[in-house]
Amino acid sequence: MLDSVATAMHRRPRLRLAALLTAPVLWLVVAYLGALATLLVTAFFTIDSFTGNVVRKFNLDNFHDMLTDAAYKNVVLRTLGIAISVTLLCSVLAIPMAFYMAKIAKPKSQKILVALVLTPLWASYLVKIYAWRTMLEPGSGVVDWLLGPIGIHSPGFGGPAIIIGLSYLWLPYMILPIYAGLERLPNNLLDASGDLGAHNFYTFRKVILPLIFPSLVAGSMFTFSLSLGDYITAQIIGGKLQMLGNVVYQNFSINLPFAATIATIPVSIMALYLYLVRRTGALASM
Amino acid sequence: MTISRQARYALMSLMGIGLAFIYIPLTVVVINSFNVSKTFSWPPTSFTTLWWAKAIENTGVREALKWSVLAGLSATAIALLLGTTLAFAVSRYSFFGREIISLLVVLPISLPGVVTGIALNNAFTKQLGMSTGLLTVVIGHATFCIVIVYNNAIARLRRMGTSLQEASMDLGANGITTFRLITLPNLASALFAGGLLAFGLSFDEIVVTTFTAGPGIQTLPIWIYNNLFRPNQAPIVNVVAATLVVLSIVPIYLSQRLSQDSTSGGRF
Repeated sequence: MLDSVATAMHRRPRLRLAALLTAPVLWLVVAYLGALATLLVTAFFTIDSFTGNVVRKFNLDNFHDMLTDAAYKNVVLRTLGIAISVTLLCSVLAIPMAFYMAKIAKPKSQKILVALVLTPLWASYLVKIYAWRTMLEPGSGVVDWLLGPIGIHSPGFGGPAIIIGLSYLWLPYMILPIYAGLERLPNNLLDASGDLGAHNFYTFRKVILPLIFPSLVAGSMFTFSLSLGDYITAQIIGGKLQMLGNVVYQNFSINLPFAATIATIPVSIMALYLYLVRRTGALASM
Repeated sequence: MTISRQARYALMSLMGIGLAFIYIPLTVVVINSFNVSKTFSWPPTSFTTLWWAKAIENTGVREALKWSVLAGLSATAIALLLGTTLAFAVSRYSFFGREIISLLVVLPISLPGVVTGIALNNAFTKQLGMSTGLLTVVIGHATFCIVIVYNNAIARLRRMGTSLQEASMDLGANGITTFRLITLPNLASALFAGGLLAFGLSFDEIVVTTFTAGPGIQTLPIWIYNNLFRPNQAPIVNVVAATLVVLSIVPIYLSQRLSQDSTSGGRF
């Protein structure tokens, strides 16, 4: 029986393809794209202010409200600012670490360092942000205890705390592609640059940075996009500060159409970002 | 390579600072789980194992762990099946819409979790009239786990090529035997890495879970989240947090031992 199935399948490659594709495509298109499309359509509906029910009448009221209310503009700018700061902070931390790992550490310690950088990726997201709550607690936190004597104090809960927390979460995602990029970079390029009289920083700026740019872009896909949609970090260490995700989350139970409208912002920003990344061709060379 | 001594030391100290930045918060979590003080005043005045004993007996934690493992295993099983079949289709056949499918499969992890979460919640509860529960959580998790298995499987399939399978078929084995004896053993470690990663992702997921789990289901992250701001639960939360920190070594150890191409734990 099985053998005859095998023979029949072997003669019909299209049938084999259909058998392979049906389940995953149905899942992704029906369960996922279907849900997304339904949500997008909901963004054009409104809510009956009296009953709280969704009124299925196509209109642009939500988009009008979103674009004219300065409060939402501020949230968008703040979220973008945070996502960009996180990406920059991660890059600044990651480049020297990745360079040390790829070019200076001995092969044996190299393996250990990669494992050390990777391990926190498996530690729970919530635990990591919770850890920063303990770290940043004003007055009694670990940061004040550790760095207070040298004059550095916790910024408390708010924007800077969110930037620190998100950078902490996504740092490994930035280190690893840069490390991989630097590993591929031949040492003799650096030697050549040095032989021709360039000092360290000049070599870094003119040789290393352009060559690891695709890796930086790859890392930024994580640091930027994951920060853009986050709301839990803001809830735990953001004080009263709100990001786009928080606005979506709050509107979800009271006004789903409006939550859907707000949700189109991070999705559009991501689409634009991906488009720009594609245009630079940075990912093609990865 | 010629790097001045100063630059070497500077980079080494930056590496040290970076590792301190990564590990101090995690260490604090572990130490705090032994902190006598219920308010976790830092530095701890003395230590106790009382919270650990209490956490082990805590039924809420046990129940949450059960749901997390159940959801994680089910989502991983679905992701393994769908991710692998999709990887086969995309790597071994050319067909209309192939590019779109390889884009579609990454969408669930590229879009913000909150968007996926409310989209699924809306579809399940409002459009289909389903009630949220384990099933909806598993569907939600599987959706973003597929890509993980897919990435691992397709990378292996591309490197493997088709010559081994062709040789097997030439020697008279049919498709099923070839899959069982040739393809699957060659694919196994990639699938293991992908499955491990998918489970890890599901186990840690909170945002999509928030929107797909009904009131009856608390996964471990949801339990932590719900108890994070309850002062009398803080010691137990600390123990659970510390346990998760310590356990994060396990998958790294496994994937490092497993194979060279999955030293990143498959996250790339």
